[in-house]
Amino acid sequence: MRARVFVTLKPSVFDPQGTTVAEALHTLGYPSIRDVRQGKYFELEIDAASAEEARRLAAEAADRLLANPVIESYRIEVEAAARPEMVR
Amino acid sequence: MKFAIVVFPGSNCDHDAHYAAEHVLGQQAELIWHKDTSLRGADAVVLPGGFAHGDYLRTGAIARFSPIMQEVRRFADAGGPVLGICNGFQVLLEAGLLPGAMLRNASLHFHCEHVHVKVEQTDTPFTLMCPSGRLLKIPVAHGEGNYYAEAEVLVRVEKNRQVVFRYVDSSGQRTAEANPNGSLNNIAGICNEGRNVVGLMPHPERACELALGSADGLVLFESVVKAVTEGAFAASR
Amino acid sequence: MTITNDLIAQHGLTADEYQRIVEALGREPTLTELGAFSVMWSEHCSYKSSRVHLKTLPTTGKRVLQGPGENAGAVDIGDGLAAVFKIESHNHPSFIEPYQGAATGVGGIIRDIFTMGARPIALLNSLRFGSLDDPLVRRTMAGVVAGIAGYGNSIGIPTVGGEIGFDDSYTGNPLVNVFCLGIAQAGEIIKAVASGAGNPVYYVGAKTGRDGIHGATMASAEFDENSAEKRPAVQVGDPFMEKLLLEACLEVMRTDALVGIQDMGAAGLTSSSCEMGSRGDAGVEIDVSLVPQRESGMTPYEIMLSESQERMLLVAKQGREADVERIFEKWDLHAVRIGKVTTDGRLRVLNNGEIVADIPNKALTDDAPRYRRPVAEPSYLKTTQQLDLAALGPPPQSRDVFRRLLASPGIASKRWVYRQYDHMVRTNTLVLPGMGAGVVRIKGTTRALALSVDCNGRFVYLDPFLGAQHAVAEAARNVACAGALPIGATNCLNFGNPEKPEVMWQFVRAVEGMGAACRALDVPITGGNVSLYNETDGRAVLPTPVVGIVGLIEDAERVVRRLFRTGGDVVVLLGESRAELGGSEYLKVMHGQVCGVPPALDLAREAALQRLLVDSAAAGVLHSAHDCAEGGFAMALAECCFDSTVGVSVDIPAVDGADAGFADIAALFAESASRVLVSTSADGATDLLARASAAGVPAAQIGVVGGDRIRITVAGRPVLDEPLADAERIWSSSLERVFERARAVA
Repeated sequence: MRARVFVTLKPSVFDPQGTTVAEALHTLGYPSIRDVRQGKYFELEIDAASAEEARRLAAEAADRLLANPVIESYRIEVEAAARPEMVR
Repeated sequence: MKFAIVVFPGSNCDHDAHYAAEHVLGQQAELIWHKDTSLRGADAVVLPGGFAHGDYLRTGAIARFSPIMQEVRRFADAGGPVLGICNGFQVLLEAGLLPGAMLRNASLHFHCEHVHVKVEQTDTPFTLMCPSGRLLKIPVAHGEGNYYAEAEVLVRVEKNRQVVFRYVDSSGQRTAEANPNGSLNNIAGICNEGRNVVGLMPHPERACELALGSADGLVLFESVVKAVTEGAFAASR
Repeated sequence: MTITNDLIAQHGLTADEYQRIVEALGREPTLTELGAFSVMWSEHCSYKSSRVHLKTLPTTGKRVLQGPGENAGAVDIGDGLAAVFKIESHNHPSFIEPYQGAATGVGGIIRDIFTMGARPIALLNSLRFGSLDDPLVRRTMAGVVAGIAGYGNSIGIPTVGGEIGFDDSYTGNPLVNVFCLGIAQAGEIIKAVASGAGNPVYYVGAKTGRDGIHGATMASAEFDENSAEKRPAVQVGDPFMEKLLLEACLEVMRTDALVGIQDMGAAGLTSSSCEMGSRGDAGVEIDVSLVPQRESGMTPYEIMLSESQERMLLVAKQGREADVERIFEKWDLHAVRIGKVTTDGRLRVLNNGEIVADIPNKALTDDAPRYRRPVAEPSYLKTTQQLDLAALGPPPQSRDVFRRLLASPGIASKRWVYRQYDHMVRTNTLVLPGMGAGVVRIKGTTRALALSVDCNGRFVYLDPFLGAQHAVAEAARNVACAGALPIGATNCLNFGNPEKPEVMWQFVRAVEGMGAACRALDVPITGGNVSLYNETDGRAVLPTPVVGIVGLIEDAERVVRRLFRTGGDVVVLLGESRAELGGSEYLKVMHGQVCGVPPALDLAREAALQRLLVDSAAAGVLHSAHDCAEGGFAMALAECCFDSTVGVSVDIPAVDGADAGFADIAALFAESASRVLVSTSADGATDLLARASAAGVPAAQIGVVGGDRIRITVAGRPVLDEPLADAERIWSSSLERVFERARAVA
């Protein structure tokens, strides 16, 4: 199973990186891109029997480690993925 | 008395804290590896600066799970004095031993320079020898020192007098220019509700000898020596 | 696998070189062997164009513990300690990917130091960029600075100084030279040798991937429109991994379980194994199927040529394997046995037991081609060395020149840069960046080391022999100004395409000049680096032989800084000023010209000046000292005031021989060599003048520290009178404005 975890700063938290990226886009000629928030993206390859179990494990990982609940929130997408060739 | 200085993989300022405690202050200091499960009878614990785990994921996010942190938490809960410096402060925040979190500097750049902080609380083990309102010239060196707390938390922290150090200019004024990282309310360092755990972004261990540019940081270490030897903040074992 | 002519050319080898390979092997090479020769015989690894000339440099001295030939050089600093140091370039990767190119450059030089058993304690860097009017140049510089900061700060080694220069010739070819200093026990310097038949060969550090394959070959080639496609060859650095490696390696070195160790830098596993074998007159046999890999399906060729960062190759004593493995495990690193030392002097590479390469070590190292390339004095010199000031138009106002030079990126405060570097970690930094030479104390002793990296590329372009001498003189002088005796040097020689006779002429003359200056100043070269092919579309960089010098201060409390300290102090000028505007910052900034001849340099005089500085500092006579460099006397004087809050008033004599109308310009902005501005007490001045007279160094009391203005009169006539605050504002805000204003456009 593959879980995708999207971690973003909570709306109330100032995001200087996102602001800088938005300003740069405006200068490049994209005034219609009004705002940018920068976040993190994790791909978890999980040995799980079902999508629900994978989602539960991913949420635990996010709660304990991947996201800091003081400043970040997250959402999860799960898909059955073909296992890539294992690297030694 | 004895300092325990925790060493995480990637800690850099452990040797500097050790040198300040032993060489400058003349106290005993021991480096404790993060996988150890004992603080070896230390009277005060220091979480030093550096880049524990490369600051990967978030600064301090992985270090907080190190085995030694259980002992640090026990020591703190029992009232023992704990000082988190820079990366150490970040670890204490991630571990929930102090309220709030760290963001990237507002300028998006790492800043290394001397700053001035005002000591606003003198009833912590690390500031009890500072006259109230005293200004200290201490270096900062960080890319993520932008202190953040949710609105209610911030109100509570201020109301409870948990802001121990605040960035000010050389005349003691709280200004935007004096703030090197954009932290809320110019907060440079805070303590917990029990007032025995203190975290600050500036590096007092780099300001213990005039030859290096300032000796204003020494008073933080002198204070905890006094606190421990006079039993004011001993951990109840 | 058939070796075609195309394949040979793709590997950067000539037909002749291929023939030599066939002779060395006694047969046609396998593909893996071809790859090995390709990287080991590249310019970057073999120094084939430069070796015969580098041999003429002075490399011995009573303090030298290790000269060129190992990963870094070492000099004795007393108390049973050695200073281990070197400078290295990472130019081509920094153009392709500025952040990672610079970061991995820092990582590489740090490994070269700790692989010798020395704990790294300081970094410096020498950088060159094109014009900051160009957004691409700004992005390159910002990326390079961020990369150096990102890596150095994370691993916890302070960046205490350096220099940055600008010229259009560097636009497509930025220079990123990084210097590292470490401290080791003098008797315990570790060599990179493989010896002892049967001793296990270990691999430790990051897993091997496909990054940087043919990085060595890339560093040996010019850039053209296809350069963007070379991007995959750039390595990505992991300073956290290197911190773990550093601590673990230093811990292993404290046991006696180690025979030798080398980092895997350019040409990775290939270079480390054959070089260690070659030095130990031994052979090394490894099986690449045992190498930890992070990508799947890697071929032996790829594994041998990979330049994945943060990897070390080490040889342990038989029977001590458990000790070695245990120490690395403590740091969450896995030391993997991948082979053994043999007695046949060959590099034998197996893949799952099957031989894929079998080469005599010496063929890859000592017997690499050595060329004495043709030289020809460049045709540009005759015209470029002409300087006709009158033809440049009416002389500008001194005040305008003063303000324009203060703001020019080559002279303006670099605080925007060094504020991003942690320059205080390890609590050894006695002199902060921007104050002259970087100075770090040596804990456990009363001593300190002063460090400086310098080169004026314009001077070298106008006269390579004399210009290279200036580089040595300036670095040594900067260190002497701090009160330190120069005791060792390293160099990074950045030039264009050596197959062009005019470039080769620049190189040879520069090496000759450097050698002469090092001999005159008694500073041996203990090691260094050569970076050639710094050219884009046929245009070469200014020839830039950067010199890094280490100086020893016996009493750390006697360190001298550039700042004026107290109102009332006397200002003394050591040295002589002449109307020498050739190659000056004045000509470049005000007239857009690089022409004329560099200022004269009397090495005997320079040596006397440096000895005077060291002796006077040790005697506590100097309150401050600062040398005159880019921008000449006026810039140096202003720099003595900045950050000090005190101004200065001086009167200097007119300079002889100035062109009509340019007398004041020459007095203020000529860049005559061997000049230092000193401040001291009134008694100190008397003492200093007596010492100078005895030493044969021209010296004159010229004024007094105080007030809030910078005042210069020439033979009593007012020439410059500026408020200190204004001047300081221009100087300190210039770079900040260039980058902050341009941030949204980056």
